Amino acid sequence: MKRTATNLFFLALPLLLGVIVVAILIVLVVPPNTTLGDVLQAFWNGAFRNLRRFSGVLVFWIPLTLVGIGLVITFRAGLWNIGVEGQMTLGGLFAAGLAFMLGEGSPLVIIPLCIFGAMLGGALWASVAAFLKVRFGVSEIFSGVALNAIANQITLQLIAGPWKPGDSDKAQYSRPVPDAARLLGVSQDFNVSVVGLVVTIVAVVLVLLVLARTRWGLNLKAVGKNPRSALLLGVPTTITAFSALMVCGALAGIAGSQRILFTYGDVRGQFAGGIGFLGLLVVLLISARGVWVPLIAFLFAIMLNGGTQLQFLNLDSSLTGVLQGALVLAVLLANGLRDRLRKPKQAKG
Amino acid sequence: MDDALLNILRTLVLSATPLVIAALGETITERAGVINLSLDGSLSLTAMVAFGVAFATGNILVGILAAMLVGAVIALIIAVASIELRLDQVAVGFVLTLLAADMSQFWGVPYAGKPTAGMTAAYLPLPLLKDLPIVGRVFFDHNILVYVSYALVFGIWFWLFSTRPGLAHRAIGERPAAAFARGTPVNRLRYIYTIVGGSLVGLAGASYSVGVNPGWATPPPMQGDGWIALAIVIFGGWHPFRVVLGAYLFAGLRALAGAIQSSDIAVPVTLLNTIPWLLMIFTLLLVSGGVIERLLRILPRGMQNRARNFLRSDPPVALGTRFDGEQR
Repeated sequence: MKRTATNLFFLALPLLLGVIVVAILIVLVVPPNTTLGDVLQAFWNGAFRNLRRFSGVLVFWIPLTLVGIGLVITFRAGLWNIGVEGQMTLGGLFAAGLAFMLGEGSPLVIIPLCIFGAMLGGALWASVAAFLKVRFGVSEIFSGVALNAIANQITLQLIAGPWKPGDSDKAQYSRPVPDAARLLGVSQDFNVSVVGLVVTIVAVVLVLLVLARTRWGLNLKAVGKNPRSALLLGVPTTITAFSALMVCGALAGIAGSQRILFTYGDVRGQFAGGIGFLGLLVVLLISARGVWVPLIAFLFAIMLNGGTQLQFLNLDSSLTGVLQGALVLAVLLANGLRDRLRKPKQAKG
Repeated sequence: MDDALLNILRTLVLSATPLVIAALGETITERAGVINLSLDGSLSLTAMVAFGVAFATGNILVGILAAMLVGAVIALIIAVASIELRLDQVAVGFVLTLLAADMSQFWGVPYAGKPTAGMTAAYLPLPLLKDLPIVGRVFFDHNILVYVSYALVFGIWFWLFSTRPGLAHRAIGERPAAAFARGTPVNRLRYIYTIVGGSLVGLAGASYSVGVNPGWATPPPMQGDGWIALAIVIFGGWHPFRVVLGAYLFAGLRALAGAIQSSDIAVPVTLLNTIPWLLMIFTLLLVSGGVIERLLRILPRGMQNRARNFLRSDPPVALGTRFDGEQR
C-alpha cells in the first residue's frame, strides 16, 4: 500500500514540477498590470465559459487524440514520426479531393469515402518515409521534415490551381468543400461533430486493444526495444516498422480530414496547424503510454482553445506554445532527475 | 564573366553564411557524440535575440554575443539532459526546437518589422584580396560575419585533424570508452563541445538577423533552415570542407530558384520551394550506403574507390549514445 502511494507520488511529481514551471513562466512574461490569475482565468474562460467554448476544446481534442494515439504506435516501434504533420496534410487533401470529385450526393456515402480516402492519403505519405527508412536507412526524422514541407507546398499549389475559388487568383483558401462532405456539429452551441468523436473514441480503443492483445503489438515493442534481437527472434522487423508508420499515417490522415471537413470547410495553407507536432509533445509527455493520450490531449486542447482568449490580455497566442513546450521539457527533465535519484537506491535495497 | 553572374555568386556566398556556421557548429557537437536536434528553433530564437538586443542597445556586437549565449544555454540543456539525466537526446532536442520557435515568436513581437537601417554587421571589403579577379568580388566583398565563417571552416578542420585535443575530440565521438581509458575526460569534453557548438548556432542565428537578412518577422524567415543544416552535416560526412560544400550547394540552389522566380520563365513558386527539400531527401539517399554502391558500378573501376571515399558518410560511431564509464 505504502509502495503504491510512493510510486504514484513519484509518477505525479514531474507533472507537478512541470505545472509549477509553467506558472512561474506565466508570472515572468505577463505585463505588470496582469496577474497569473488573469492568465489562468483567460484559459479557463476560453475552455469552459459556456458550451460553445467547450465545443472548441473538443474540436481540437479530436485531431490531437487521433494523431497522439497513432504516434504511440510509431514510438513503440522506436520510430520518430516527425512527418506526422505532413501525413495529416495529405489526409486532409485526399479527403478534400474526393469531396470535390464526388460533388453532391448522400452524405452517408460520401463522408465515409472521404474519411477512408484520408486514411489512404496519410498512409501513402507515411509510406514514403517508411520506404526511405527500411530500404535505404534514411532517418525518418529528416525525410519527415522534408515531406512536411513538401505537403505544405502541394496544399498551396492546389489552392492556387485546381481548387481555387472561382473569382480569385491569389486566394488564401480553396473553394468550400461540397455540403455533402461536410461534417456537422450537433447544434449551434454544441458545435462538435459526432462522427469525429465516435471515430476518435473507436480509434483509441482499437489501438489500445491491438497494442495490448495482438502479435503485431508485441512485434512493435520488440522492434522498438532492440531491432537486432527482434530480427534474430524471427520478428519481421521491416514489415513491422513499415506498417507502424502506415497505421500512424492513416490515423493522422483522419485527423487531417477533420480539419478540412469540419473545422474549416475549405483547404488553406498549413491547415494541419501544428497539431501533428503537438501530438509528438503529448506522446513525449506520457512516455508513449497510450491510455493517457485522451487525457493529456484534452489538457493540451484546453490550452489551445484557451489560448485564443490571450489576445484580450494583449498577449500573443504563441504563449500557448511556449507554455506547452516548457511543460513538456520540465516534465522530461524531472522524469530524468527522478529516475537518476531513485535508481541507485533501488540497486542497494 | 559578366556582372550579373558575379552578383549571383556573391549573393550565394553571403546567403550561405548562416547555414555554413550552423552546420559547422553542429559538426563540432556531433563529432563529440552529441546530437543537438534543436537547430531549427534555436536559429529562430537566436536570430530574434540578436536583432532584439542589437535594436535595444544599439550595439550589434552585444546582440551577437547575446545570441551566442542563448544558443549555448540551449545546448547546455541538451548536454545536462543527456549526460546527467540520461535522457534521449532526440526527444529533448525536438522539444527544445518547438519551444525555442514559439519563444522567438512570443518575445519577438515588439521587434517584428522594426526598421533595420544600420542593423548589419560591418561591411568590410578586404583590401588587396577584393581586387582579385572574380574571387575578390565573390568571396572578399562582404560583411565581417562571412569572413568569420571562412575562418571557422579552416579553424575547425585544422583543430579536428591536426591537433592533439582535436584527436581527443574525435575520439570521444567515436570510441568514448577507449578515449576514457587513455585519460580523456569524456563527459567534460562533451559538455564543452556541445556548448561551443551551440554558441556557433547562436552566431548563425545572428548572422541572419544582423547579417544576411536584417530584421525580425513572424513567422521566422529562417524556418526550416535548421533542419537543412542538420541534413548538411550528414551529407557533409561530419567533415568541415564537405559540410561547407553542402551549404553552398543548398544556397546555390536557392539562389537559382530566386533567379528563376524573378525571370520570365513560368515555373510555379511552390515547385521552386519544394526543391531544397527534395534535394535534402536526395542527398541523404545518396550518402546512405546502398545507393552509392549501385551508382559506383556505373563508373570505371579505377575511379570507384576514390568516388566511394569522397561520397561515403559514416557518422561518429558513438553519436547519440551516452557514456557512463565515468560512474564509479
